[in-house]
Amino acid sequence: MREVDNTTMKIVVCVKQVPDSWAEKSLQPADNTLDRGSVDAVMNEIDEYAIEEALRLQEAHGGEVVVVSMGPDQAKDTVRKALAMGADSGVHILDDGLHGSDAAATSLALAAAIKGRDADLVILGCESTDARMSVVPAMVAERLGLPQLTFCNSVTVDGSTITTNRVTEYGYDVVEASLPAVVSVVEKINEPRYPSFKGIMAAKKKPVETLDLAGLGIAAGDVGLAAAWSVVEEAAARPPKAKGTIVTDEGAGGVAIADFLSAQKFI
Amino acid sequence: MAEVLVLVDHVDGNVKKVTYELLALAKRIGEPSAVFIGSGADAAIPGLAEHGAATVYVADAADLSAHPVAPKAELLAKLVAEKSPAAVLVPSSAEGKEVAARLAIKTNSGIITDAVDVAADGTATQSVFGGATVVKSRVAVGTPIITVRPNAAAPEVSPAAGARVEVSVELSDTAKSARITERVEQAKGGRPDLAEAAVVVSGGRGVGGEEGFGVIEALADALDGAVGASRAATDAGWYPHQFQVGQTGKTVAPQLYIANGISGAIQHRAGMQTSKTVIVVNKDPEAPIFELADFGVVGDLFAVVPQLTEEVGKRKG
Repeated sequence: MREVDNTTMKIVVCVKQVPDSWAEKSLQPADNTLDRGSVDAVMNEIDEYAIEEALRLQEAHGGEVVVVSMGPDQAKDTVRKALAMGADSGVHILDDGLHGSDAAATSLALAAAIKGRDADLVILGCESTDARMSVVPAMVAERLGLPQLTFCNSVTVDGSTITTNRVTEYGYDVVEASLPAVVSVVEKINEPRYPSFKGIMAAKKKPVETLDLAGLGIAAGDVGLAAAWSVVEEAAARPPKAKGTIVTDEGAGGVAIADFLSAQKFI
Repeated sequence: MAEVLVLVDHVDGNVKKVTYELLALAKRIGEPSAVFIGSGADAAIPGLAEHGAATVYVADAADLSAHPVAPKAELLAKLVAEKSPAAVLVPSSAEGKEVAARLAIKTNSGIITDAVDVAADGTATQSVFGGATVVKSRVAVGTPIITVRPNAAAPEVSPAAGARVEVSVELSDTAKSARITERVEQAKGGRPDLAEAAVVVSGGRGVGGEEGFGVIEALADALDGAVGASRAATDAGWYPHQFQVGQTGKTVAPQLYIANGISGAIQHRAGMQTSKTVIVVNKDPEAPIFELADFGVVGDLFAVVPQLTEEVGKRKG
């Protein structure tokens, strides 16, 4: 069990670039993968909270924050944003062979990038707004063989013990483990800082390592669209809804709705 | 006939409705076998059997519930290895998805999350991008692991043997490396669970404040439904965050969704767009949410909703 001290705490934060949540998302007809090119790309919103949590832990305990992101070339902007918020260095996993990777392959690449870096803590957002699967943090924990403390709305580190509140349907569980560990955070955990102008300028000089499949030690056949363990067979726009009946309330609007509910057998 | 494993979603033997929905889907694919982890199997088995479970695997060792997620994944992995099921169906809860995720890695199997339908051949239907796109997908490698959203199918009374089989697994150190030291229950009230409810009545910015939600709650109670809220309302502190419906909140697909004082920005629509019947009450005739309405009233929700609540009370008798 390693004792965390102020000079060696190392936090890795995994972040993802996604289409802007206000944008209309679509799948590319050619291969049914997400069209990342024709819409504005932003950092996945919940990842901002993950970075913020890492920075707060760094302020409390010292050490360094490394941001890791897997994505096409444009994802480097998201890495820079994390550096502008205050992360110390970045790792951009970039390889055309990763196009179309499923969650399992994504977790394989992230785990490979994290291994060997001696991280005390790996922090992720609990879910991305494009795929919305909420599986990558658990898969990364599985691949790294580390304790999983996910859906946290609070994180405390004391020496080599991490204590979190895991959000549940009935309230929360207090979950505890010895470091190193994998953590995912929910939006309610904190308020992310905005990158300052100084931070944005400093980010330009911070080191960003680019890693391809060879650099990760991953075989091309293990990732990407052809290797995916599930396939999208067809995708279609939802048929537009037939126009409903809209009336203006002139004193009997509630009754009108009740009539509709009766006709539809709800009451 | 090949087995289909269904992970039972329960609280101390109180089985949640979504489990019966999954058993109905499992029956299309093969012979349903429920996997019950935790305490309270005696209370759960009759209902599971009645809804189609030919077998109920029971694992009640305390340490399966003393650590999050990983123990359940290890138990399921053992069952997958032993029984070679045609598929594993898991409820699409936060825990369910993580159990399914770890199981997928352990068994080198594909995983599909948030299915809204599953066909006999294992093809899953997913509603993505806030409901804008409908996708058909299938697992190509390993044992299909599919997490299924509530309201994807109707529970079916389909009496089966429900034969109890005790199972256990030797947990790895990794599975025990995170410990749940305390469970805290926070006030929830007696309404149906938002994610599973057949009827959801929501309030948004138009409700104007915390007190205004009393009107929303009264309608929800008259219809035996759950209460939802838009992000604007929860961010303003008018209603607790766990009731937020939308892109960063809960996604619901009830039979009936009534949206009051909600404009219908894409953030909110993403969370309710696939509801079967949508009713809208809003002062603004241009509110985008009217595009989703099967029936809508342009008016003051504080006049319309209480009147509706009273009418519902009268007609339900």
